[in-house]
Amino acid sequence: MEKNFFEWLLFLVKEYYRYFLQGTWVTLVLSVVGTLLGFLMGFLIGIIQSAPVESESSVTKKCCMKCLKGLSVIYIEIFRGTPMIVQAMVIYYGSKQAFQGLNITSFQAAIIVVTLNTGAYMAETVRGGILSIDKGQEEGAKALGMTHFATMFTIILPQAFRNIFPEMGNLFITNLKMTSVLNVIGVSELYFITKTAANTYYKYFESYMITGLIYFVLVFIFTRLLRFAEKKMEGKNHYKIATEFIKTE
Amino acid sequence: MENTRETYVQLEENKKAFYIDSEKLTPIIKVEHLKKSFGSHEVLKDVDFKTYKGDVVCIIGSSGSGKSTLLRCINLLETPTSGTIRFNGEKISVQPKQVNQYRSNVGMVFQSFNLFNNMNVLQNCMVGTTKVLRKNKLAAKQLAMKYLQKVGMAPYIYAKPAQLSGGQKQRVAIARALTMEPEVLLFDEPTSALDPEMVGEVLNVMQELAKEGLTMIIVTHEMAFARDVSTRTIFMDGGVIVEDNAPDVLFNHPENQRTKEFLSRFRNG
Repeated sequence: MEKNFFEWLLFLVKEYYRYFLQGTWVTLVLSVVGTLLGFLMGFLIGIIQSAPVESESSVTKKCCMKCLKGLSVIYIEIFRGTPMIVQAMVIYYGSKQAFQGLNITSFQAAIIVVTLNTGAYMAETVRGGILSIDKGQEEGAKALGMTHFATMFTIILPQAFRNIFPEMGNLFITNLKMTSVLNVIGVSELYFITKTAANTYYKYFESYMITGLIYFVLVFIFTRLLRFAEKKMEGKNHYKIATEFIKTE
Repeated sequence: MENTRETYVQLEENKKAFYIDSEKLTPIIKVEHLKKSFGSHEVLKDVDFKTYKGDVVCIIGSSGSGKSTLLRCINLLETPTSGTIRFNGEKISVQPKQVNQYRSNVGMVFQSFNLFNNMNVLQNCMVGTTKVLRKNKLAAKQLAMKYLQKVGMAPYIYAKPAQLSGGQKQRVAIARALTMEPEVLLFDEPTSALDPEMVGEVLNVMQELAKEGLTMIIVTHEMAFARDVSTRTIFMDGGVIVEDNAPDVLFNHPENQRTKEFLSRFRNG
């Protein structure tokens, strides 16, 4: 007897739920780890890019800064200017050809691709976040005698972080879905698993409906979580009066 | 009228004698031949300026006369195009390390407060002492509380800057500068962003500090405050110091024509 749409859905879920779960897990790990590493990289490059080259510093220091800045511009241009799917092919297959004996797994390559891609976007986001902080904040810190480094880490970055947090959430959500293109290098993430399942029974519509639903639920959950974190970061809109210090005259 | 002039001359003589006697000839801050240009626009043209310990110097003048730039140059927030700045006789170079050390001795209060938005009032007053002077948390907190109490902001230690009024913010900013126990405190139009009522609360704090003998250089548009509180008033115009006199003399018997013009509105009003 011919199964209807829902029966096929149920059947596929029953048959492949382990694989779907495994694929979801890989997708999650890929996007979480890759995004976090990318954020780290983005912060590092964003900070380098917005560091002032003071005319008073020594020649070697100036040269180093110029070089670092130049390199980061090249990196950002390359990884923002090419599709992730192409980067994946180049890094996975290309590196094997270029360096004989290099044993890189597709999963490792996938992590590298996500990291480098996120890092490039994140660097620009961080730079923008730093630029968005009022110059007065830096001057206030300078006037206290704080170093550029201390100012950055105690004053500027905490504020920039809050400003760019929604954008960071955006990047993560994008990554969650973008990891699907990594099926081209054979990483067993959600899309890759679905392709296999769909091809077995030729039930493309049903299989991809399931996957679509999984992606949707994942994104939905993470969006709520990010919103919640954002709310938490805003802090309370009221404050406690330290009554012990109110002067009684 | 003539009397005041004579008293001033006498006072100046006494002052000079005092400095020679106590060998306190070294000014706390001495600015020599200071020039600052932004591109082709010359904002400061050869400014010479001295401040001794205990001086309360008010700098007045119209907008664009270079008052704020002079103050920012003193704190090296702007790098002077040429000229030297001496602090207790020692020439300040542009080496970042020395600049930071110098800035920790010379506090600054800004027109726009510049409180750190990511910290509450107490943290704002502890960041300088812990990060720059490397004091421990307890000592830093005691210092912060001491000065917050002085400016009357101690009850608000848990408030974030965004939750305070302008006057309150400025008082916290003054407390923050004071926690560094600076030898000189610079004020860059500290009341220009405040409404008249808040101006009063900030000026009261500043007057209190003046009484205690803190050395202050104040760029201000508050003429009455300059007249009543300063020990010396400087009138700047077009990037030069036009007149540097006791407030009594400068406000009542200005020597320079341009000073007269500038003050005419205030004196008539």
